[in-house]
Amino acid sequence: MTQPQRDESAAARRGEPQAQQPTAPPRTKIEVERLSFWYGDKQVLHEIDLRIPERGVTALIGPSGCGKSTFLRTLNRMNEIIEGTRHSGSVRLDGQEIYDRSVDVVALRKRVGMVFQRPNPFPKSIFDNVAYGPRIHGERNRRRLAEIVERSLRRAALWDEVKDRLGDSALALSGGQQQRLCIARALATEPEVLLMDEPASALDPKATGAIEDLIYELRSGYTILIVTHNMQQAARVSERTAFFYEGRLIEYGPTEQIFTRPREQRTEDYVTGRFG
Amino acid sequence: MTHRPWERAGTWLLRALTYAMAAGVVYVLGEIVVRGLPVIDLEFLTAAPREGGLAGGIFPAIVGTLWLVVGTALVSLPLGMGAAIYFSEYARDSRWSRWLRTGVITLAGIPSIVFGLFGLGLFVIFLGFGASVLAGSLTLAFMILPVIIVASEEALRTVPQAYREASLALGATRWQTIRHAVLPYALPGMLTGSILGIGRAAGETAPILFTVAAFYLPDLPSSVFDQVMALPYHLFILATQHPDPAARPMQYGTALVLVALVLGVNAVAIVARARFRRRYRS
Repeated sequence: MTQPQRDESAAARRGEPQAQQPTAPPRTKIEVERLSFWYGDKQVLHEIDLRIPERGVTALIGPSGCGKSTFLRTLNRMNEIIEGTRHSGSVRLDGQEIYDRSVDVVALRKRVGMVFQRPNPFPKSIFDNVAYGPRIHGERNRRRLAEIVERSLRRAALWDEVKDRLGDSALALSGGQQQRLCIARALATEPEVLLMDEPASALDPKATGAIEDLIYELRSGYTILIVTHNMQQAARVSERTAFFYEGRLIEYGPTEQIFTRPREQRTEDYVTGRFG
Repeated sequence: MTHRPWERAGTWLLRALTYAMAAGVVYVLGEIVVRGLPVIDLEFLTAAPREGGLAGGIFPAIVGTLWLVVGTALVSLPLGMGAAIYFSEYARDSRWSRWLRTGVITLAGIPSIVFGLFGLGLFVIFLGFGASVLAGSLTLAFMILPVIIVASEEALRTVPQAYREASLALGATRWQTIRHAVLPYALPGMLTGSILGIGRAAGETAPILFTVAAFYLPDLPSSVFDQVMALPYHLFILATQHPDPAARPMQYGTALVLVALVLGVNAVAIVARARFRRRYRS
């Protein structure tokens, strides 16, 4: 595997200040307040309050149907493409309400990238997959596109494996490579936040390990939220963990504390495998 | 293998029915080929009819039908595919959209002669196109719109939702998503279904009866406002207006050319589908 580029340089390229002083408290990136969400008449999220600091990995855990994936999809408004949904409450990204009428959902999704549960590359070439985002956002220059594709593939630790066959169909890649390609595709639009919905659940242990290494590498350049069913995975990759149960946020804190000294009985029951 | 007698009998019954159907098709096609082939020569394919269709060829009817096929395709493909894209990608599931969809499907059940009279009333008389390629193509296009819409929607539905989600999540607009992540994969299926519909239009008589078809017109059309002869109508005339037995071979010859043309159009669709499948499913 290649050495992904240093994250300070990633931040610098996006015109952001260099890595913050370790002592300074991290800025809040996403602030969720009293967020509720409905599919038709069925309420699936109940008054979620959550602050996600800038950079680092936050894991969202909880049993199936607890609302963690729905919650993830409220952060880039992907829930809107489903008919008959509505929400109340507020989600702020860098202090700006993302559900405000003035917010362009296209610009929002450019800043908040997403990686799905099953690898879903387009049946296009590897190059065209990664270039998809920049192209729809207006980049036509071939040299710049090539630079973006290389940089994104490097960051996704896939460059060395595919650099000689960028024109091949993405579907010819293995499942784990496809998922890293999808991560590269998401990185190509230069997002600040990366939402990952069980990104390794369809992969074998080796490919899962590669994805986890990658998430770990990306954590200092991006604000990452990852939904996972896998307790060990949450423990390995995340700094903070939020436990969801029946549409409510039960407990949120440093991963180490959630797994070793949970305050809530339900959290303890879940992380120790008593249910789920 | 089952040993239950009724099950075996049922299998045989279904097999017999299938064979009977295939035999019917083979018989009809065989009859047309055997009787039509001797009539077809260079003159038949390249000359205008003489002596009221008893001699000469059917060239103007071939050209007329080709004009109508192209005209029908030009009108019906954008309209039909556009409507399918709307239904599949934009329309919310509302009472209004269900009504629209039902309306489209109902159109498929309307007899073609009704379309012919509708075309006469709307295009020929009310809009003043006269009997013309334009009026005939529009009428045929309206007739096959439901086929195109249903086939295209079907093709759009086979595109995985994951492509749409991936595209939208990258910040693509709805149209960009359709254009770059949906249409490229749906288009082969949409075109195949549509071409089959257009093939059907090529063989129709009733819709062109009042809207475009000329009884005898050796001149080729110079614009879409001209009338043309057409193969199905020429066949209809030969079959119904000629007591003279000399018309018989000409009927078979015309029928063979028409069938070949329609099958040719269908073959294009089938070959295209096979090629696209190979390209995208690998």
